Amino acid sequence: MAERNGMVERRGAGLWLTHLGLIVGIAFIFFPIWLAFVASTVEQQDIVRPPMPLLPGDQFLSNYARALSSGVNAPVSTMLLNSLIMAVGIALGKIAISLLSAFAIVYFRFPGRRLFFWLIFLTLMLPVEVRIVPTYEVIANFGMLNSYQGLILPLIASATATFLFRQFFMTVPDELAEAARVDGAKPMRFFLDILLPMSRTNVAALFVILFIYGWNQYLWPLLITTDPEMNTIVMGIKQMFPSGDDIADWPVIMATSLLAMVPPVLVVVGMQRLFIRGLVESEK
Amino acid sequence: MEKRVKFKGIWLPILLVLPQILITAIFFFYPAGQAIWQSLFIPDPFGLSMQWVGLGNFEFLLSDRYYRASFVTTAVFSILVTVVSMGVALYLAVLADRLVRGSGTYRTLLIWPYAVAPAVAGVLWLFMFNTRVGVVTWYLGLLGYDWNHVLNEGEAMGLVVIASAWGRISYNFLFFLAGLQAIPRSVIEAAAIDGAHFWTRFRTIVFPLLSPTTFFLLVVNIIYSFFETFGVIHTITSGGPQQATTILVYKVYADGFVGQDLGSSAAQSVILLAIVSILTVIQFKYIERRVHY
Repeated sequence: MAERNGMVERRGAGLWLTHLGLIVGIAFIFFPIWLAFVASTVEQQDIVRPPMPLLPGDQFLSNYARALSSGVNAPVSTMLLNSLIMAVGIALGKIAISLLSAFAIVYFRFPGRRLFFWLIFLTLMLPVEVRIVPTYEVIANFGMLNSYQGLILPLIASATATFLFRQFFMTVPDELAEAARVDGAKPMRFFLDILLPMSRTNVAALFVILFIYGWNQYLWPLLITTDPEMNTIVMGIKQMFPSGDDIADWPVIMATSLLAMVPPVLVVVGMQRLFIRGLVESEK
Repeated sequence: MEKRVKFKGIWLPILLVLPQILITAIFFFYPAGQAIWQSLFIPDPFGLSMQWVGLGNFEFLLSDRYYRASFVTTAVFSILVTVVSMGVALYLAVLADRLVRGSGTYRTLLIWPYAVAPAVAGVLWLFMFNTRVGVVTWYLGLLGYDWNHVLNEGEAMGLVVIASAWGRISYNFLFFLAGLQAIPRSVIEAAAIDGAHFWTRFRTIVFPLLSPTTFFLLVVNIIYSFFETFGVIHTITSGGPQQATTILVYKVYADGFVGQDLGSSAAQSVILLAIVSILTVIQFKYIERRVHY
Protein backbone atom coordinates (compact mmCIF):
# COMPACT_ATOMS: atom_id res chain seq x y z
CA MET A 1 0.00 0.00 0.00
CA ALA A 2 1.46 3.38 -1.00
CA GLU A 3 1.70 6.31 1.40
CA ARG A 4 -1.77 7.02 2.64
CA ASN A 5 -2.07 10.51 3.97
CA GLY A 6 -5.77 10.88 3.46
CA MET A 7 -8.16 12.43 5.89
CA VAL A 8 -9.68 9.16 6.99
CA GLU A 9 -6.64 7.81 8.82
CA ARG A 10 -6.45 8.47 12.50
CA ARG A 11 -4.16 10.97 14.18
CA GLY A 12 -3.64 12.18 17.76
CA ALA A 13 -5.95 10.70 20.38
CA GLY A 14 -7.82 8.70 17.76
CA LEU A 15 -4.58 7.12 16.62
CA TRP A 16 -3.79 6.00 20.15
CA LEU A 17 -7.27 4.59 20.60
CA THR A 18 -6.81 2.60 17.40
CA HIS A 19 -3.53 1.16 18.66
CA LEU A 20 -5.11 0.46 22.03
CA GLY A 21 -7.99 -1.42 20.40
CA LEU A 22 -5.58 -3.55 18.40
CA ILE A 23 -3.40 -4.25 21.42
CA VAL A 24 -6.41 -5.36 23.47
CA GLY A 25 -7.33 -7.74 20.64
CA ILE A 26 -3.81 -9.10 20.44
CA ALA A 27 -3.67 -9.54 24.22
CA PHE A 28 -6.89 -11.57 24.06
CA ILE A 29 -5.33 -13.78 21.41
CA PHE A 30 -2.00 -14.16 23.20
CA PHE A 31 -3.37 -14.79 26.69
CA PRO A 32 -4.06 -18.55 26.37
CA ILE A 33 -0.59 -19.08 24.90
CA TRP A 34 1.04 -17.08 27.68
CA LEU A 35 -0.73 -19.12 30.35
CA ALA A 36 0.30 -22.34 28.64
CA PHE A 37 3.88 -21.10 28.54
CA VAL A 38 3.85 -20.16 32.22
CA ALA A 39 2.33 -23.53 33.13
CA SER A 40 5.10 -25.28 31.22
CA THR A 41 7.76 -23.58 33.37
CA VAL A 42 6.41 -24.20 36.87
CA GLU A 43 5.94 -27.24 39.07
CA GLN A 44 2.77 -29.30 39.31
CA GLN A 45 2.21 -28.00 42.87
CA ASP A 46 2.03 -24.42 41.59
CA ILE A 47 -0.84 -25.37 39.31
CA VAL A 48 -2.94 -27.69 41.41
CA ARG A 49 -3.22 -25.07 44.14
CA PRO A 50 -4.97 -22.27 42.24
CA PRO A 51 -4.51 -19.58 41.32
CA MET A 52 -1.44 -20.51 39.32
CA PRO A 53 1.27 -17.85 38.97
CA LEU A 54 1.05 -15.52 35.98
CA LEU A 55 4.82 -15.21 35.54
CA PRO A 56 7.16 -17.99 34.36
CA GLY A 57 8.92 -20.21 36.90
CA ASP A 58 12.30 -21.92 36.76
CA GLN A 59 11.29 -25.43 35.66
CA PHE A 60 11.46 -24.75 31.92
CA LEU A 61 14.33 -27.10 31.15
CA SER A 62 13.23 -29.95 33.36
CA ASN A 63 9.60 -29.91 32.14
CA TYR A 64 10.54 -29.83 28.47
CA ALA A 65 13.23 -32.44 28.93
CA ARG A 66 10.72 -34.66 30.71
CA ALA A 67 8.15 -34.19 27.94
CA LEU A 68 10.60 -34.81 25.11
CA SER A 69 12.27 -37.84 26.61
CA SER A 70 9.41 -39.66 28.32
CA GLY A 71 6.10 -37.76 27.96
CA VAL A 72 3.08 -39.54 29.39
CA ASN A 73 2.37 -42.45 27.00
CA ALA A 74 5.11 -41.96 24.45
CA PRO A 75 8.06 -39.56 24.31
CA VAL A 76 7.03 -36.26 22.73
CA SER A 77 10.13 -36.40 20.51
CA THR A 78 8.68 -39.55 18.89
CA MET A 79 5.33 -37.85 18.38
CA LEU A 80 7.05 -34.80 16.88
CA LEU A 81 8.85 -37.03 14.41
CA ASN A 82 5.60 -38.78 13.49
CA SER A 83 3.88 -35.43 12.91
CA LEU A 84 6.78 -34.21 10.80
CA ILE A 85 6.72 -37.31 8.61
CA MET A 86 2.94 -37.11 8.24
CA ALA A 87 2.89 -33.37 7.43
CA VAL A 88 5.77 -33.52 4.94
CA GLY A 89 4.41 -36.72 3.42
CA ILE A 90 0.98 -35.20 2.86
CA ALA A 91 2.39 -31.96 1.46
CA LEU A 92 4.90 -33.58 -0.91
CA GLY A 93 2.58 -36.42 -1.91
CA LYS A 94 -0.28 -34.14 -2.77
CA ILE A 95 1.95 -31.72 -4.67
CA ALA A 96 3.60 -34.53 -6.66
CA ILE A 97 0.45 -36.33 -7.80
CA SER A 98 -1.30 -33.01 -8.51
CA LEU A 99 1.54 -31.60 -10.62
CA LEU A 100 1.58 -34.74 -12.76
CA SER A 101 -2.15 -34.99 -13.29
CA ALA A 102 -2.56 -31.25 -13.93
CA PHE A 103 0.21 -31.49 -16.55
CA ALA A 104 -1.57 -34.39 -18.24
CA ILE A 105 -4.96 -32.69 -18.20
CA VAL A 106 -3.72 -29.36 -19.56
CA TYR A 107 -1.08 -30.47 -22.08
CA PHE A 108 -2.49 -33.68 -23.57
CA ARG A 109 -5.56 -34.90 -25.37
CA PHE A 110 -6.35 -38.44 -24.34
CA PRO A 111 -9.38 -40.67 -23.98
CA GLY A 112 -11.08 -40.25 -20.65
CA ARG A 113 -9.53 -36.85 -20.02
CA ARG A 114 -12.86 -35.22 -19.28
CA LEU A 115 -13.96 -38.12 -17.10
CA PHE A 116 -10.76 -37.93 -15.06
CA PHE A 117 -11.19 -34.22 -14.70
CA TRP A 118 -14.69 -34.59 -13.25
CA LEU A 119 -13.73 -37.52 -11.03
CA ILE A 120 -11.03 -35.39 -9.48
CA PHE A 121 -13.33 -32.40 -9.31
CA LEU A 122 -15.90 -34.33 -7.25
CA THR A 123 -13.39 -34.90 -4.46
CA LEU A 124 -13.34 -31.19 -3.77
CA MET A 125 -16.62 -31.66 -1.98
CA LEU A 126 -15.89 -34.22 0.68
CA PRO A 127 -13.69 -33.77 3.72
CA VAL A 128 -12.33 -36.97 5.25
CA GLU A 129 -14.57 -36.51 8.29
CA VAL A 130 -17.62 -37.42 6.22
CA ARG A 131 -16.36 -40.82 5.14
CA ILE A 132 -14.34 -41.86 8.17
CA VAL A 133 -15.88 -45.25 8.89
CA PRO A 134 -15.49 -46.79 5.40
CA THR A 135 -12.07 -45.17 4.92
CA TYR A 136 -11.01 -46.70 8.20
CA GLU A 137 -12.13 -50.10 6.93
CA VAL A 138 -10.11 -49.68 3.73
CA ILE A 139 -6.99 -48.86 5.72
CA ALA A 140 -7.61 -51.76 8.09
CA ASN A 141 -8.01 -54.19 5.15
CA PHE A 142 -4.71 -53.01 3.69
CA GLY A 143 -3.09 -53.62 7.08
CA MET A 144 -2.14 -49.95 7.23
CA LEU A 145 -3.30 -49.19 10.78
CA ASN A 146 -0.46 -47.69 12.81
CA SER A 147 1.58 -46.94 9.72
CA TYR A 148 2.78 -43.78 7.96
CA GLN A 149 1.10 -44.84 4.70
CA GLY A 150 -2.18 -45.13 6.58
CA LEU A 151 -1.73 -41.67 8.04
CA ILE A 152 -0.78 -40.05 4.74
CA LEU A 153 -2.53 -41.70 1.77
CA PRO A 154 -6.22 -41.01 2.52
CA LEU A 155 -5.45 -37.34 3.14
CA ILE A 156 -3.82 -36.74 -0.23
CA ALA A 157 -6.96 -37.81 -2.09
CA SER A 158 -8.24 -34.33 -2.74
CA ALA A 159 -8.27 -32.06 -5.73
CA THR A 160 -7.50 -28.58 -4.46
CA ALA A 161 -3.86 -28.76 -5.49
CA THR A 162 -4.68 -30.24 -8.91
CA PHE A 163 -6.96 -27.29 -9.58
CA LEU A 164 -4.43 -24.78 -8.47
CA PHE A 165 -1.79 -26.18 -10.82
CA ARG A 166 -4.30 -26.50 -13.65
CA GLN A 167 -5.18 -22.82 -13.30
CA PHE A 168 -1.52 -21.92 -13.24
CA PHE A 169 -0.55 -24.03 -16.28
CA MET A 170 -3.36 -22.35 -18.22
CA THR A 171 -1.61 -19.01 -17.76
CA VAL A 172 1.74 -20.31 -19.06
CA PRO A 173 2.26 -18.88 -22.60
CA ASP A 174 1.64 -21.42 -25.38
CA GLU A 175 4.85 -20.28 -27.12
CA LEU A 176 6.94 -22.09 -24.52
CA ALA A 177 5.39 -25.46 -25.23
CA GLU A 178 5.44 -24.71 -28.96
CA ALA A 179 9.17 -23.90 -28.86
CA ALA A 180 9.89 -27.02 -26.86
CA ARG A 181 7.99 -29.11 -29.40
CA VAL A 182 9.77 -27.54 -32.38
CA ASP A 183 13.11 -28.24 -30.67
CA GLY A 184 12.05 -31.86 -30.47
CA ALA A 185 11.91 -31.88 -26.66
CA LYS A 186 10.03 -34.77 -25.10
CA PRO A 187 6.98 -33.81 -22.99
CA MET A 188 8.70 -34.82 -19.76
CA ARG A 189 11.74 -32.66 -20.64
CA PHE A 190 9.40 -29.71 -21.07
CA PHE A 191 7.73 -30.53 -17.77
CA LEU A 192 10.97 -30.88 -15.82
CA ASP A 193 13.03 -28.09 -17.42
CA ILE A 194 10.40 -25.42 -18.02
CA LEU A 195 7.09 -26.01 -16.27
CA LEU A 196 8.44 -27.18 -12.92
CA PRO A 197 10.88 -24.27 -12.42
CA MET A 198 8.11 -21.84 -13.36
CA SER A 199 5.81 -23.36 -10.71
CA ARG A 200 8.36 -22.91 -7.92
CA THR A 201 6.47 -20.19 -6.03
CA ASN A 202 3.15 -21.98 -6.32
CA VAL A 203 4.70 -25.19 -5.08
CA ALA A 204 6.25 -23.42 -2.10
CA ALA A 205 3.03 -21.58 -1.20
CA LEU A 206 1.06 -24.79 -1.41
CA PHE A 207 3.65 -26.60 0.65
CA VAL A 208 3.18 -24.13 3.51
CA ILE A 209 -0.61 -24.57 3.52
CA LEU A 210 -0.48 -28.36 3.19
CA PHE A 211 2.19 -28.71 5.85
CA ILE A 212 -0.05 -26.96 8.36
CA TYR A 213 -3.06 -28.95 7.19
CA GLY A 214 -1.18 -32.22 7.70
CA TRP A 215 0.42 -31.24 10.99
CA ASN A 216 -2.90 -30.22 12.52
CA GLN A 217 -4.87 -33.35 11.60
CA TYR A 218 -6.68 -34.76 14.60
CA LEU A 219 -9.55 -37.15 13.88
CA TRP A 220 -7.72 -39.34 11.38
CA PRO A 221 -4.62 -40.09 13.48
CA LEU A 222 -6.92 -40.55 16.47
CA LEU A 223 -8.69 -43.39 14.67
CA ILE A 224 -5.85 -45.24 13.05
CA THR A 225 -2.95 -44.93 15.49
CA THR A 226 -3.74 -47.11 18.49
CA ASP A 227 -0.04 -47.68 19.19
CA PRO A 228 1.30 -44.72 21.26
CA GLU A 229 4.57 -44.96 19.33
CA MET A 230 2.67 -43.91 16.19
CA ASN A 231 0.70 -41.05 17.76
CA THR A 232 1.12 -37.63 16.24
CA ILE A 233 1.68 -34.80 18.67
CA VAL A 234 -1.59 -32.96 18.04
CA MET A 235 -3.71 -36.03 18.81
CA GLY A 236 -1.30 -37.29 21.46
CA ILE A 237 -1.98 -34.39 23.83
CA LYS A 238 -5.51 -35.50 24.59
CA GLN A 239 -4.19 -39.00 25.31
CA MET A 240 -2.04 -37.51 28.07
CA PHE A 241 -5.05 -36.68 30.20
CA PRO A 242 -5.70 -39.42 32.73
CA SER A 243 -9.10 -41.05 32.71
CA GLY A 244 -11.02 -40.85 35.94
CA ASP A 245 -10.12 -38.66 38.87
CA ASP A 246 -6.34 -38.57 38.63
CA ILE A 247 -4.82 -35.15 38.27
CA ALA A 248 -3.34 -34.39 34.87
CA ASP A 249 0.38 -33.69 34.62
CA TRP A 250 -0.23 -30.09 33.55
CA PRO A 251 3.38 -28.85 33.17
CA VAL A 252 4.20 -31.69 30.76
CA ILE A 253 0.88 -31.38 28.92
CA MET A 254 1.35 -27.65 28.45
CA ALA A 255 4.96 -28.09 27.34
CA THR A 256 3.69 -30.61 24.79
CA SER A 257 0.99 -28.20 23.59
CA LEU A 258 3.61 -25.53 22.99
CA LEU A 259 5.89 -28.00 21.19
CA ALA A 260 2.89 -28.99 19.05
CA MET A 261 2.30 -25.43 17.88
CA VAL A 262 5.88 -24.23 17.43
CA PRO A 263 6.65 -25.87 14.04
CA PRO A 264 3.51 -24.70 12.18
CA VAL A 265 3.67 -21.25 13.78
CA LEU A 266 7.31 -20.87 12.69
CA VAL A 267 6.32 -21.89 9.17
CA VAL A 268 3.49 -19.33 9.04
CA VAL A 269 5.47 -16.44 10.50
CA GLY A 270 8.71 -17.26 8.72
CA MET A 271 7.07 -17.68 5.32
CA GLN A 272 4.33 -15.14 5.76
CA ARG A 273 4.34 -13.97 2.16
CA LEU A 274 4.12 -17.49 0.76
CA PHE A 275 1.55 -18.43 3.37
CA ILE A 276 -0.81 -15.58 2.47
CA ARG A 277 -0.35 -16.29 -1.20
CA GLY A 278 -1.09 -19.97 -0.67
CA LEU A 279 -4.16 -19.18 1.40
CA VAL A 280 -5.63 -16.80 -1.15
CA GLU A 281 -4.78 -19.03 -4.12
CA SER A 282 -6.20 -22.20 -2.63
CA GLU A 283 -9.50 -20.48 -1.82
CA LYS A 284 -10.04 -19.16 -5.35
CA MET B 1 -10.47 -22.59 -21.91
CA GLU B 2 -8.14 -24.91 -23.80
CA LYS B 3 -4.48 -24.92 -24.67
CA ARG B 4 -3.79 -24.63 -28.41
CA VAL B 5 -0.56 -26.56 -28.11
CA LYS B 6 -0.87 -30.17 -27.06
CA PHE B 7 1.71 -32.92 -26.86
CA LYS B 8 1.12 -36.19 -28.65
CA GLY B 9 0.72 -39.46 -26.86
CA ILE B 10 -1.95 -41.41 -25.09
CA TRP B 11 -0.13 -43.70 -22.67
CA LEU B 12 2.07 -41.03 -21.13
CA PRO B 13 -0.80 -38.80 -19.94
CA ILE B 14 -2.71 -41.80 -18.64
CA LEU B 15 0.38 -42.82 -16.71
CA LEU B 16 0.62 -39.27 -15.35
CA VAL B 17 -2.94 -39.14 -14.01
CA LEU B 18 -2.79 -42.71 -12.74
CA PRO B 19 -1.38 -42.01 -9.24
CA GLN B 20 -4.08 -39.48 -8.47
CA ILE B 21 -6.85 -41.58 -9.98
CA LEU B 22 -5.77 -44.65 -8.02
CA ILE B 23 -5.53 -42.82 -4.72
CA THR B 24 -8.83 -41.07 -5.34
CA ALA B 25 -10.55 -44.32 -6.28
CA ILE B 26 -9.26 -46.32 -3.33
CA PHE B 27 -9.44 -43.72 -0.60
CA PHE B 28 -12.26 -41.56 -1.86
CA PHE B 29 -14.78 -43.11 -4.23
CA TYR B 30 -14.77 -46.56 -2.74
CA PRO B 31 -15.28 -45.33 0.87
CA ALA B 32 -17.86 -42.75 -0.20
CA GLY B 33 -19.73 -45.48 -2.11
CA GLN B 34 -19.47 -47.74 0.92
CA ALA B 35 -20.95 -45.01 3.12
CA ILE B 36 -23.96 -44.73 0.81
CA TRP B 37 -24.28 -48.54 0.55
CA GLN B 38 -23.96 -49.15 4.30
CA SER B 39 -26.53 -46.49 5.02
CA LEU B 40 -29.12 -48.85 3.52
CA PHE B 41 -28.40 -51.75 5.90
CA ILE B 42 -28.40 -52.63 9.57
CA PRO B 43 -25.69 -55.04 10.72
CA ASP B 44 -26.73 -57.72 13.20
CA PRO B 45 -25.34 -57.33 16.73
CA PHE B 46 -22.40 -59.61 15.99
CA GLY B 47 -21.48 -57.87 12.75
CA LEU B 48 -21.80 -61.13 10.82
CA SER B 49 -24.52 -60.21 8.38
CA MET B 50 -26.26 -57.15 7.07
CA GLN B 51 -29.96 -56.66 6.77
CA TRP B 52 -31.39 -54.48 4.02
CA VAL B 53 -33.55 -51.70 5.43
CA GLY B 54 -33.78 -49.33 2.47
CA LEU B 55 -34.20 -45.83 3.77
CA GLY B 56 -34.94 -47.16 7.25
CA ASN B 57 -31.79 -45.71 8.76
CA PHE B 58 -32.71 -42.28 7.46
CA GLU B 59 -36.29 -42.53 8.67
CA PHE B 60 -35.06 -43.60 12.05
CA LEU B 61 -32.53 -40.77 12.21
CA LEU B 62 -34.97 -38.08 11.24
CA SER B 63 -37.39 -39.21 13.93
CA ASP B 64 -34.58 -39.63 16.49
CA ARG B 65 -34.79 -36.99 19.19
CA TYR B 66 -31.02 -36.99 19.74
CA TYR B 67 -30.22 -36.62 16.06
CA ARG B 68 -32.60 -33.71 15.65
CA ALA B 69 -31.11 -32.14 18.76
CA SER B 70 -27.67 -32.55 17.20
CA PHE B 71 -28.88 -30.61 14.15
CA VAL B 72 -29.98 -27.73 16.34
CA THR B 73 -26.72 -27.89 18.31
CA THR B 74 -24.72 -27.77 15.08
CA ALA B 75 -26.71 -24.80 13.80
CA VAL B 76 -26.33 -22.85 17.05
CA PHE B 77 -22.66 -23.77 17.32
CA SER B 78 -21.68 -22.86 13.76
CA ILE B 79 -23.64 -19.61 13.77
CA LEU B 80 -22.02 -18.55 17.04
CA VAL B 81 -18.50 -19.53 15.93
CA THR B 82 -18.96 -17.72 12.61
CA VAL B 83 -20.41 -14.56 14.16
CA VAL B 84 -17.85 -14.34 16.98
CA SER B 85 -14.76 -15.02 14.85
CA MET B 86 -15.89 -12.80 11.97
CA GLY B 87 -17.02 -10.02 14.32
CA VAL B 88 -13.73 -9.83 16.21
CA ALA B 89 -11.75 -10.16 12.96
CA LEU B 90 -13.71 -7.37 11.25
CA TYR B 91 -13.26 -5.10 14.26
CA LEU B 92 -9.48 -5.67 14.28
CA ALA B 93 -9.21 -5.35 10.49
CA VAL B 94 -11.08 -2.02 10.50
CA LEU B 95 -8.72 -0.73 13.18
CA ALA B 96 -5.61 -1.96 11.38
CA ASP B 97 -6.84 -0.45 8.12
CA ARG B 98 -7.06 2.98 9.76
CA LEU B 99 -3.33 3.03 10.43
CA VAL B 100 -1.06 4.76 7.97
CA ARG B 101 1.81 2.54 9.01
CA GLY B 102 2.18 -0.42 11.30
CA SER B 103 -0.67 -2.51 9.96
CA GLY B 104 1.94 -5.02 8.70
CA THR B 105 3.29 -5.52 12.21
CA TYR B 106 -0.18 -6.12 13.58
CA ARG B 107 -0.84 -8.54 10.77
CA THR B 108 2.21 -10.58 11.73
CA LEU B 109 1.09 -10.57 15.36
CA LEU B 110 -2.41 -11.68 14.42
CA ILE B 111 -1.95 -14.34 11.74
CA TRP B 112 -0.06 -17.03 13.62
CA PRO B 113 -3.00 -18.53 15.57
CA TYR B 114 -4.06 -19.89 12.18
CA ALA B 115 -1.27 -22.43 12.65
CA VAL B 116 -2.52 -23.64 16.03
CA ALA B 117 -4.44 -26.90 15.62
CA PRO B 118 -8.07 -26.81 16.82
CA ALA B 119 -7.30 -29.69 19.18
CA VAL B 120 -4.40 -27.73 20.73
CA ALA B 121 -6.60 -24.63 21.02
CA GLY B 122 -9.09 -26.85 22.82
CA VAL B 123 -6.47 -27.93 25.35
CA LEU B 124 -5.39 -24.33 25.98
CA TRP B 125 -8.92 -23.14 26.69
CA LEU B 126 -9.70 -26.25 28.70
CA PHE B 127 -6.71 -25.40 30.90
CA MET B 128 -7.94 -21.84 31.51
CA PHE B 129 -11.46 -22.94 32.37
CA ASN B 130 -10.63 -26.24 34.06
CA THR B 131 -13.02 -26.72 36.94
CA ARG B 132 -10.23 -27.61 39.36
CA VAL B 133 -7.12 -25.68 38.36
CA GLY B 134 -8.29 -23.16 35.75
CA VAL B 135 -7.15 -19.60 36.28
CA VAL B 136 -10.24 -18.04 34.80
CA THR B 137 -12.44 -20.40 36.81
CA TRP B 138 -10.63 -19.32 39.97
CA TYR B 139 -11.00 -15.59 39.32
CA LEU B 140 -14.64 -16.07 38.31
CA GLY B 141 -15.07 -17.81 41.66
CA LEU B 142 -13.69 -14.74 43.41
CA LEU B 143 -16.39 -12.73 41.67
CA GLY B 144 -18.95 -15.16 43.00
CA TYR B 145 -19.54 -17.00 39.73
CA ASP B 146 -19.32 -20.77 39.89
CA TRP B 147 -18.05 -21.87 36.46
CA ASN B 148 -18.57 -25.53 35.63
CA HIS B 149 -18.74 -26.46 31.97
CA VAL B 150 -18.66 -30.15 32.89
CA LEU B 151 -22.19 -29.85 34.26
CA ASN B 152 -23.61 -26.69 32.74
CA GLU B 153 -24.72 -27.08 29.13
CA GLY B 154 -24.67 -23.39 28.27
CA GLU B 155 -21.19 -22.92 29.66
CA ALA B 156 -19.95 -25.96 27.75
CA MET B 157 -21.31 -24.53 24.52
CA GLY B 158 -19.81 -21.11 25.31
CA LEU B 159 -16.39 -22.62 25.91
CA VAL B 160 -16.25 -24.69 22.71
CA VAL B 161 -17.50 -21.66 20.73
CA ILE B 162 -14.77 -19.36 22.09
CA ALA B 163 -12.04 -21.97 21.64
CA SER B 164 -13.15 -22.61 18.03
CA ALA B 165 -13.57 -18.94 17.16
CA TRP B 166 -10.24 -17.97 18.72
CA GLY B 167 -8.06 -19.77 16.19
CA ARG B 168 -10.23 -18.66 13.31
CA ILE B 169 -9.83 -14.93 13.91
CA SER B 170 -6.51 -14.77 12.02
CA TYR B 171 -7.92 -16.26 8.85
CA ASN B 172 -10.90 -13.90 8.79
CA PHE B 173 -8.70 -10.94 9.71
CA LEU B 174 -6.40 -11.58 6.74
CA PHE B 175 -9.27 -11.66 4.26
CA PHE B 176 -11.08 -8.68 5.80
CA LEU B 177 -7.92 -6.57 5.83
CA ALA B 178 -7.21 -7.44 2.20
CA GLY B 179 -10.81 -6.60 1.33
CA LEU B 180 -10.67 -3.27 3.15
CA GLN B 181 -7.40 -2.27 1.54
CA ALA B 182 -8.85 -3.00 -1.89
CA ILE B 183 -11.56 -0.37 -1.42
CA PRO B 184 -10.50 2.79 -3.30
CA ARG B 185 -9.50 5.49 -0.85
CA SER B 186 -11.04 8.17 -3.06
CA VAL B 187 -14.55 6.82 -2.47
CA ILE B 188 -14.17 6.97 1.28
CA GLU B 189 -12.48 10.36 1.22
CA ALA B 190 -15.23 11.78 -0.96
CA ALA B 191 -17.74 10.71 1.66
CA ALA B 192 -15.57 12.22 4.39
CA ILE B 193 -15.54 15.53 2.53
CA ASP B 194 -19.31 15.38 2.37
CA GLY B 195 -19.20 15.23 6.14
CA ALA B 196 -20.00 11.54 6.66
CA HIS B 197 -18.58 10.33 9.95
CA PHE B 198 -16.78 7.07 10.44
CA TRP B 199 -19.81 5.01 11.41
CA THR B 200 -21.92 6.41 8.55
CA ARG B 201 -19.11 5.77 6.07
CA PHE B 202 -18.71 2.24 7.37
CA ARG B 203 -22.43 1.46 7.19
CA THR B 204 -23.14 3.00 3.79
CA ILE B 205 -19.91 2.50 1.84
CA VAL B 206 -17.32 0.23 3.39
CA PHE B 207 -19.56 -2.60 4.52
CA PRO B 208 -21.50 -2.92 1.24
CA LEU B 209 -18.24 -2.89 -0.74
CA LEU B 210 -16.90 -5.55 1.59
CA SER B 211 -19.89 -7.84 1.06
CA PRO B 212 -18.21 -10.26 -1.40
CA THR B 213 -15.49 -10.92 1.20
CA THR B 214 -18.08 -11.23 3.95
CA PHE B 215 -20.19 -13.68 2.01
CA PHE B 216 -17.20 -15.80 1.08
CA LEU B 217 -16.06 -15.89 4.71
CA LEU B 218 -19.56 -16.81 5.90
CA VAL B 219 -19.60 -19.98 3.79
CA VAL B 220 -16.00 -20.92 4.58
CA ASN B 221 -16.49 -20.41 8.32
CA ILE B 222 -19.67 -22.45 8.42
CA ILE B 223 -17.89 -25.33 6.66
CA TYR B 224 -15.01 -24.91 9.13
CA SER B 225 -17.28 -25.08 12.16
CA PHE B 226 -19.05 -28.13 10.75
CA PHE B 227 -15.91 -30.25 10.38
CA GLU B 228 -12.64 -28.89 11.61
CA THR B 229 -13.89 -28.10 15.10
CA PHE B 230 -14.03 -31.81 15.89
CA GLY B 231 -10.71 -31.49 17.73
CA VAL B 232 -12.01 -28.69 19.96
CA ILE B 233 -15.13 -30.61 20.94
CA HIS B 234 -13.31 -33.87 21.47
CA THR B 235 -10.67 -32.31 23.74
CA ILE B 236 -12.94 -30.03 25.77
CA THR B 237 -16.33 -31.67 26.24
CA SER B 238 -16.42 -34.96 24.31
CA GLY B 239 -19.86 -33.89 23.17
CA GLY B 240 -21.30 -33.45 26.66
CA PRO B 241 -22.83 -32.63 29.04
CA GLN B 242 -25.96 -34.55 27.99
CA GLN B 243 -24.92 -34.22 24.31
CA ALA B 244 -25.16 -30.43 24.59
CA THR B 245 -22.12 -30.00 22.34
CA THR B 246 -22.57 -33.05 20.10
CA ILE B 247 -22.36 -31.52 16.64
CA LEU B 248 -23.16 -33.68 13.60
CA VAL B 249 -19.60 -34.66 12.77
CA TYR B 250 -18.99 -35.61 16.39
CA LYS B 251 -22.08 -37.80 16.31
CA VAL B 252 -20.84 -39.63 13.19
CA TYR B 253 -17.69 -40.44 15.14
CA ALA B 254 -19.46 -41.29 18.41
CA ASP B 255 -22.08 -43.55 16.80
CA GLY B 256 -19.69 -45.17 14.32
CA PHE B 257 -16.59 -45.77 16.41
CA VAL B 258 -17.69 -45.59 20.01
CA GLY B 259 -21.24 -46.92 19.59
CA GLN B 260 -20.40 -49.24 16.65
CA ASP B 261 -23.73 -48.44 14.98
CA LEU B 262 -22.41 -48.56 11.43
CA GLY B 263 -25.68 -48.23 9.55
CA SER B 264 -26.74 -45.13 11.42
CA SER B 265 -23.26 -43.63 11.22
CA ALA B 266 -23.16 -44.23 7.47
CA ALA B 267 -26.59 -42.63 7.04
CA GLN B 268 -25.37 -39.63 9.01
CA SER B 269 -22.33 -39.43 6.73
CA VAL B 270 -24.62 -39.33 3.72
CA ILE B 271 -26.70 -36.53 5.24
CA LEU B 272 -23.52 -34.56 6.03
CA LEU B 273 -22.36 -35.20 2.48
CA ALA B 274 -25.57 -33.65 1.17
CA ILE B 275 -25.14 -30.60 3.41
CA VAL B 276 -21.54 -30.04 2.29
CA SER B 277 -22.55 -30.41 -1.35
CA ILE B 278 -25.22 -27.73 -0.94
CA LEU B 279 -22.76 -25.40 0.77
CA THR B 280 -20.19 -26.03 -1.96
CA VAL B 281 -22.72 -25.29 -4.69
CA ILE B 282 -23.59 -22.03 -2.95
CA GLN B 283 -19.91 -21.18 -2.81
CA PHE B 284 -19.37 -21.93 -6.52
CA LYS B 285 -22.43 -19.96 -7.53
CA TYR B 286 -21.04 -17.05 -5.61
CA ILE B 287 -17.60 -17.37 -7.18
CA GLU B 288 -19.18 -17.47 -10.62
CA ARG B 289 -21.00 -14.27 -9.82
CA ARG B 290 -17.86 -12.60 -8.63
CA VAL B 291 -16.27 -13.23 -12.04
CA HIS B 292 -19.01 -11.17 -13.66
CA TYR B 293 -18.53 -8.19 -11.38
